[in-house]
Amino acid sequence: MDRTPDEPSDTPGAVSRRPLMIGAALAAAPLAPPGIAAPARAQDAGDGRLRVNLTVNGEARQLSLDPRASLLDTLREGLALTGAKKGCDHGQCGACTVHLDGRRVASCLTLAVQADGRAVTTIEGVAREDDELHPMQQAFIDHDALQCGYCTPGQIMAAIALVREGRAGSAEEIREYMSGNLCRCGAYAGILAAIQDAAPKMRGA
Amino acid sequence: MQPFTYARAESEEAAIRAVSAGGRGTRFLAGGTTLYDLMKLGAETPERLVDISALPGLSGFETAGPRELVFGAGARMSDVAADPRLVRDYPVLSEALWKAASQQLRNMASLGGNLLQRTRCAYFRNGEPFACNKRVPGSGCAAREGIDRGHAVLGGSEACIATYPGDWAVALLALDAAVDVAGPNGARTIPLEALHREPGATPEVETTLARDEMILRVRVPATPLGRASTYHKIRDRESYAFALASAAVALRMEGEVVREARIALGGLATRPWRAREAERELAGRRLTPEAARAAGDAALRGARPGHHNAFRIELGARTVADALLIARQRA
Ligand SMILES: Cc1cc2nc3c(=O)[nH]c(=O)nc-3n(C[C@H](O)[C@H](O)[C@H](O)COP(=O)(O)OP(=O)(O)OC[C@H]3O[C@@H](n4cnc5c(N)ncnc54)[C@H](O)[C@@H]3O)c2cc1C
Ligand code: SF4
Ligand code: FES
Ligand code: FES
Repeated sequence: MDRTPDEPSDTPGAVSRRPLMIGAALAAAPLAPPGIAAPARAQDAGDGRLRVNLTVNGEARQLSLDPRASLLDTLREGLALTGAKKGCDHGQCGACTVHLDGRRVASCLTLAVQADGRAVTTIEGVAREDDELHPMQQAFIDHDALQCGYCTPGQIMAAIALVREGRAGSAEEIREYMSGNLCRCGAYAGILAAIQDAAPKMRGA
Repeated sequence: MQPFTYARAESEEAAIRAVSAGGRGTRFLAGGTTLYDLMKLGAETPERLVDISALPGLSGFETAGPRELVFGAGARMSDVAADPRLVRDYPVLSEALWKAASQQLRNMASLGGNLLQRTRCAYFRNGEPFACNKRVPGSGCAAREGIDRGHAVLGGSEACIATYPGDWAVALLALDAAVDVAGPNGARTIPLEALHREPGATPEVETTLARDEMILRVRVPATPLGRASTYHKIRDRESYAFALASAAVALRMEGEVVREARIALGGLATRPWRAREAERELAGRRLTPEAARAAGDAALRGARPGHHNAFRIELGARTVADALLIARQRA
């Protein structure tokens, strides 16, 4: 189900002209008509919270959430995973970047309930073993690709995804596909060098 | 943020039923990158969200057909942007997608939601203490006497001069796309050109869609003009910014002579803007830099500056001219 960028889905029904069957039962439809499910198992009684199952860094977690919660706040405040940072809370900076089913997303604009049943990877989950950093983490250290470090978890999560997307082909391409991650300290030169260094190591690994 | 209930739809039919039956406060939710963003700012206040982002029937796209390209409304911007056939045969469509937002957002955002994204006008986004007719009808427009650097020079009204910020709709407009929609009373097809409205006296009404109509897919007629095309986007910075001015162009050339030109403007108008007069003037002419520039001027004819945005009229004309010369190289 998780497509790679250059492999379009050819689900035959996806774009069919099948007319929608919308019947007369419509007028009497209750608020939650058949075919509408609260995510996962049922809305918790009364308090409006929803039970949500996430796999976070390989571990199954069950949470009871206010539907308003962002994935970012859920990770940081519900699960004490404070690696993903809140820079803007509006999709404008990239500090909150995590992977959802292997794809990079802005967790501040992801409703946590929409992640129900899906796999989340945060910066806390990328090192291979306790004592061995991910090649991208190591490269950020080797190339001094940070100053204050606030943007760094988001940069690294974006960079790992970028290499997997096959977008590390040239400096120009890396800059374009890293443009969703701002660095207020201006560590861009080091970030570019780190990605160029880590990309072949990731392929080799 | 105001509380809301959330439910995941199991089919298109069920989603439409739920949104229709739920009444005014019930909305479709796709990637959420517009809707959730504006909910955080209080500019959107839905009471019920019906999530259509996981519907498999909406997420496909097919670019190989001989007669038309078909894009499910739930397809993600990133996947469509990278489609090799689009990159090769319709660069205007691919570029309009990959030059928008960031890869993180493109992984989340759907093609249908993209068409319905709302203006970036800061007064609209932030609300009180600023007046905004789009946010609170009848309250006034703070942009008219405020900072209007990014506001529209085409298609504005007394009530609102907010720019339509999207890129994809502009590229689709140049290629004569249409959207298939369905509501409780059945399905219909809307030409892309008829989907977005100018603000007039009711800037809060942005499209011709009913609240409970769902976009199912976008269709683009297959055309050889696709190859000689580009989406040229000028921003305050090189990437990850909305257009100050953009142009979607596609050409059919015969040697040096333009047989057919398609020109649409982004970032300059209150809606995706087709420049038909410029297209007509260019047809039958040799595509010299002077002719390209004349077409740019024609495209911006009728533009009306505000206080801080007059530079974008000249910028728009040059953007069109450059786009035409880029597209010609691909003919
Ligand atoms: C920081 C930032 C930068 C951005 N830069 C750009 C840019 O440069 N260029 C650009 O073009 N865009 C840009 N965007 C906008 C982005 O592309 C849109 O927010 C996105 O495409 C919306 O899609 P979505 O699936 O997230 O929609 P949602 O937010 O889920 O929905 C948007 C609206 O559409 C409705 N809706 C969604 N799907 C359907 C459907 N199938 N039928 C009927 N109604 C539907 C929803 O009810 C809602 O009103 C940017 C956004 C951000 C946050
Ligand atoms: S330009 Fe439109 S959106 Fe912006 S403040 Fe005026 S009325 Fe509101
Ligand atoms: S905090 Fe999510 S993009 Fe800035
Ligand atoms: S290191 Fe400080 S913001 Fe990037």
